[in-house]
Amino acid sequence: MSSKLASNGTFLDVAAIKADFPILARTIRDNKKLIYLDSGATSQKPVSVLDAERTFYERHNAAVHRGAHQLGEEATDAYEQARDTIASFIGASAQDIVFTKNATEAINLVAYSISNATYGETPAEQSLSLQPGDRIVVTQMEHHANLIPWQELARRTGAELAWLGVTDEGRLDLTDIGKTINERTRIVAFTHQSNVLGTINPVESIVKAARAVGALVVLDACQSVPHMAVDVSRLDVDFVAFSGHKMLGPTGIGVLWGRRALLQAMPPFLTGGSMIETVHMDRATYAAPPQRFEAGTPVAAQAVGLAAACDYLSKIGMDSVQAHEHSLTQYALEGLSSIQGLRIIGPDTAVERGGAISFLIEGIHAHDVGQVLDDRGVEVRVGHHCAWPLMRAFGIAATTRASFYLYNDTSDVDALVESIQQAQKFFGVK
Amino acid sequence: MYQEIILDHYRHPIGRITLEDFDSEVHHVNPTCGDEITLRVKIDDGVVSAIGHQGQGCSISQASASVMTELLEGQPLQRALEIEAEFLTLMQSKGEGKPNEDLLEDAVAFSGVSKYPARVKCALLAWMAFKDAALQAVAQTVEEQ
Repeated sequence: MSSKLASNGTFLDVAAIKADFPILARTIRDNKKLIYLDSGATSQKPVSVLDAERTFYERHNAAVHRGAHQLGEEATDAYEQARDTIASFIGASAQDIVFTKNATEAINLVAYSISNATYGETPAEQSLSLQPGDRIVVTQMEHHANLIPWQELARRTGAELAWLGVTDEGRLDLTDIGKTINERTRIVAFTHQSNVLGTINPVESIVKAARAVGALVVLDACQSVPHMAVDVSRLDVDFVAFSGHKMLGPTGIGVLWGRRALLQAMPPFLTGGSMIETVHMDRATYAAPPQRFEAGTPVAAQAVGLAAACDYLSKIGMDSVQAHEHSLTQYALEGLSSIQGLRIIGPDTAVERGGAISFLIEGIHAHDVGQVLDDRGVEVRVGHHCAWPLMRAFGIAATTRASFYLYNDTSDVDALVESIQQAQKFFGVK
Repeated sequence: MYQEIILDHYRHPIGRITLEDFDSEVHHVNPTCGDEITLRVKIDDGVVSAIGHQGQGCSISQASASVMTELLEGQPLQRALEIEAEFLTLMQSKGEGKPNEDLLEDAVAFSGVSKYPARVKCALLAWMAFKDAALQAVAQTVEEQ
């Protein structure tokens, strides 16, 4: 599939890629061509992912890690092979990858495990527990999924929540990082790439500050793993969470990568079948990771689908995907900046920035922008993007957000720009 | 969906004021989009004598608050709640409803909104706030007696 690199510089051959995504051929709102610019919320799925799930159900479906019949063996093999594929996609070992329902659950797994460790008796659990006065640091640009679990953990344990602010340009304000990440700080949780601003955060600087005080680092990689090469062995963080559906995979599966020694020390979050070692009426002991954290019937078909998505992305190459999106983002920033009355919320250059672009149109509420765009087949996200505190920091209520993926091209951006101008005409603000 | 009546009310909203003399105040938000409204209502002898609303939101939510204020001010509370119920039914009709024009007047302009599930809440924000505020005002009066 290296043939999917177009000759025109860094862009991919989008026509060839689009052909792999059946939904992109459909029309919308009275025969308008579908221009899908909401991959930051969820991505579309290529045929190979749909086929992988379908084949699993048609040929190999059985409950994983149970029983001894042939189908059970095949299903278990498919599930564990998927784990290998997904692990190597992020430079990890399969045994350090936990499958969850979604990224939100992956982050909650860490928060609740630490919470449960507070009641634990083993030295390993004690070393994870939080005490009143301990500190959890997040940032003002977090998605609710990487904010509320920490608010709740702080509330349950008596720890305090602190955060790094955001500059007017939409970058993290690291001026007082040494004060915010102080010696009482036990956990630093932040997003690799903002789902609203597109900002790619300086992982290295934040990890350095966290390491200086011995804090654990949790990275929300929902917007980075789908769009750039992410190698957990190089990031030097402790946990990485991401979801399948934003990277061409199915819904219903998320991934938590954890540092092995930590996963081994952590008590379970969800309990039940599949995650045990021995069970008595009054007590139980638990399996080693990752099974310890995968209670209940595993998400086998979803894992197989996500592995197919990783294969699809790997064939094109994540560096090529990132280069394509970078060029597209640059093109879009130029196009959008040329619209009078449009204000970009987030970095206005493509430097250290991904392909999620939020903006305001003077005189038109984001919902109304979204409605006019939708009527023209251009599907964008409007609202607070599950980052309400970030909206407050900018003194705004909502933005319109266009977000790109490997199946978008400059004609999609042109349609976006043109539709925004139509919205301005319609509402008489231009 | 964007009827001229809606755009007119959006540009020149009625009742976009802070009432100084009021019986109850409510603050409602639409958690999916962050739109919000603070609404105050004054009820005198069972009649909706004044409605004032402040907040921010899209053209649909703002125009709806404006149309509602024009329609309900001066109505007996009982009739105001009937109009509210009729508007709610229309909004839940998925574009299939036949609006009662005698009752809804300008508010029939919102029929088209009911075809867009994501926007129904925008249109209903002010109406739900009014109902809440009016019922609180009545409960308060009962308590005082």
